[in-house]
Amino acid sequence: MSLLDIRHMTMKFGGLVAVDDFSLELNPGELVGLIGPNGAGKTTVFNCITGVYKPTSGQVVFNGRDITGMRPDLITRLGIARTFQNIRLFGSMTVLENVMVPLHWRLRSTFLEAACNTLRYPAEEREMRKKAMALLESVGLAPFADYLASSLPYGSQRRLEIARALSAQPEVLLLDEPAAGMNPRETQDLMEFIRKVRKDFHLTVLLIEHQMRVVMGICERIVVLDHGATIAHGSPEKISRDPKVIEAYLGVERHA
Amino acid sequence: MSTRGDKGIIRIIVVAVVLALLLAWAEGDLAFIGIGPWDAYFVRILNLAAINAVLALSLNLVNGFTGQFSLGHAGFMAVGAYTTSLLVMTPQMKKTVFFMEPMFEPLDRICIPFLPALLIGGAVSCVFGVLVGIPALRLKGDYLAIATLGFAEIIRLVLQNVRRLTNGALGLKGIPHVVNLWWTFGVGIAVFLFFRGFVRSSFGRALIAIRENETAAELMGIDIFRHKLLAFAISSFVTGVGGGLMASLLTTIDPVMFKLPTTFQILLTVVLGGMGSLSGSVIAAFIVTFMTEFLRVVEEPIHLGVWSIQGIPGLRMVIFSALLVIVVVFYPRGLLGNKELTWENLSSPVSRLFRRRVAS
Repeated sequence: MSLLDIRHMTMKFGGLVAVDDFSLELNPGELVGLIGPNGAGKTTVFNCITGVYKPTSGQVVFNGRDITGMRPDLITRLGIARTFQNIRLFGSMTVLENVMVPLHWRLRSTFLEAACNTLRYPAEEREMRKKAMALLESVGLAPFADYLASSLPYGSQRRLEIARALSAQPEVLLLDEPAAGMNPRETQDLMEFIRKVRKDFHLTVLLIEHQMRVVMGICERIVVLDHGATIAHGSPEKISRDPKVIEAYLGVERHA
Repeated sequence: MSTRGDKGIIRIIVVAVVLALLLAWAEGDLAFIGIGPWDAYFVRILNLAAINAVLALSLNLVNGFTGQFSLGHAGFMAVGAYTTSLLVMTPQMKKTVFFMEPMFEPLDRICIPFLPALLIGGAVSCVFGVLVGIPALRLKGDYLAIATLGFAEIIRLVLQNVRRLTNGALGLKGIPHVVNLWWTFGVGIAVFLFFRGFVRSSFGRALIAIRENETAAELMGIDIFRHKLLAFAISSFVTGVGGGLMASLLTTIDPVMFKLPTTFQILLTVVLGGMGSLSGSVIAAFIVTFMTEFLRVVEEPIHLGVWSIQGIPGLRMVIFSALLVIVVVFYPRGLLGNKELTWENLSSPVSRLFRRRVAS
């Protein structure tokens, strides 16, 4: 059975059809790429899955449960976490605190226990700190634990975004252009990092990217969007030969 | 680690003892050894400053830490002030004050001690906070500010018009003057410590996450609405308690006291101290309160030899506005930004100076 099943999802903003009849099944452990030119509707797909938008029609089913239009925080709690194309870290908090935020909803203490640091809270706080620190160690950000998130270099901020999403302990990880703004060398490192993280955390990954070359190497399957419509779907080899994809990326050759 | 902890405890004890001695001295509790009390006017300003600190802290929790711009504080202050006052006033005094229309039964016969009355005042204010917060906190930014402002005005107008409960525009007089420095500083320190624990905890991180990026916070599993409402509820409770203290200090309250300028005064304090800095709010509350009093001089007639300038009422506020502009220009994030004043950053310039001396 598929882990995440998106069925005929359509998202309209007034007259604009941002995503048109999008269907995708993610099987456990898969790494699927979602590519397409700018403005193709890739991020809108993510926003519909994570509850930021309620799709105009269609269904999102996660682990056999219909999550269409559910509140974003509840969807995250069920096990879908994401990163953002434009980095959205909590800038005035430290790296460690950023990673601790997704652990907050699991807290059992009341705010009175937390404010007075008594009863159940001290042990829970220690546990959260330990978990967050272990996570930072596993992604190589431990040396920066006490730095302000906003003071990290760009590439590390991207990594921290992923670490923060991992801290929510998801089954499905949605990565929105994690390599945006990186040079080829950094991109290569990041892809290696994603591959490692996926293995270590037993994740199913859906990866948005608009540079085709980047995803070719690591994705098992690729979906290509253009103007909201799915124009191709298949293995990287198949995609790279697909005339429609070439057309979407390079335009049509016109013979005069 | 343990030595640092021990040092911390010793430091806390020393500060507590020094503060207690100062308060006892100021209040005249040490008169038996021949010192104190301090000048009554000065003590009154200290009381006011501590209450303003409580109010600023509570506004900072919502506006500074959670990043929700609320302007409804005067309304919650009014609820707290009226509730506390009506509970502590003696039945005879109520009969005298409510001479236009008699008071509701059986409230006219109720008279309870100050502490429970203060807490009930906070609780009633908290209920109002939740009732206002449920619709208003679905809004963001300017819209939230306008909505909370509107609710505060509604609260004030109701107080002004339900005459058999609040004595209308005439206000309440003869509220027992129970508060002293022990009350105001006691509540102030309790609120400060509670808030400090709260904003340092996981809940505080959640609130700051909401301030920094609401979408990201929500997608990290935080129920934003509930946390905003929690901050709002705690804040309105504390504001209500602050209002109760204020009522007892002034012994007279009326609805006009709780208009928008009251909220702005608190907001000014918070901005001056730094949105998201608890110690900043406390420091700014003392600065603002003392300046408000000492700047009275500029409103009095000034005689320069043969020339005499008539006092201009309201000139204090002009100076305040100028001060605020200066702060916003030179310290856009307030005196402390979102940092806290700690022993470490208090002592580090001193120790750095010392080290430099040694090095040279």
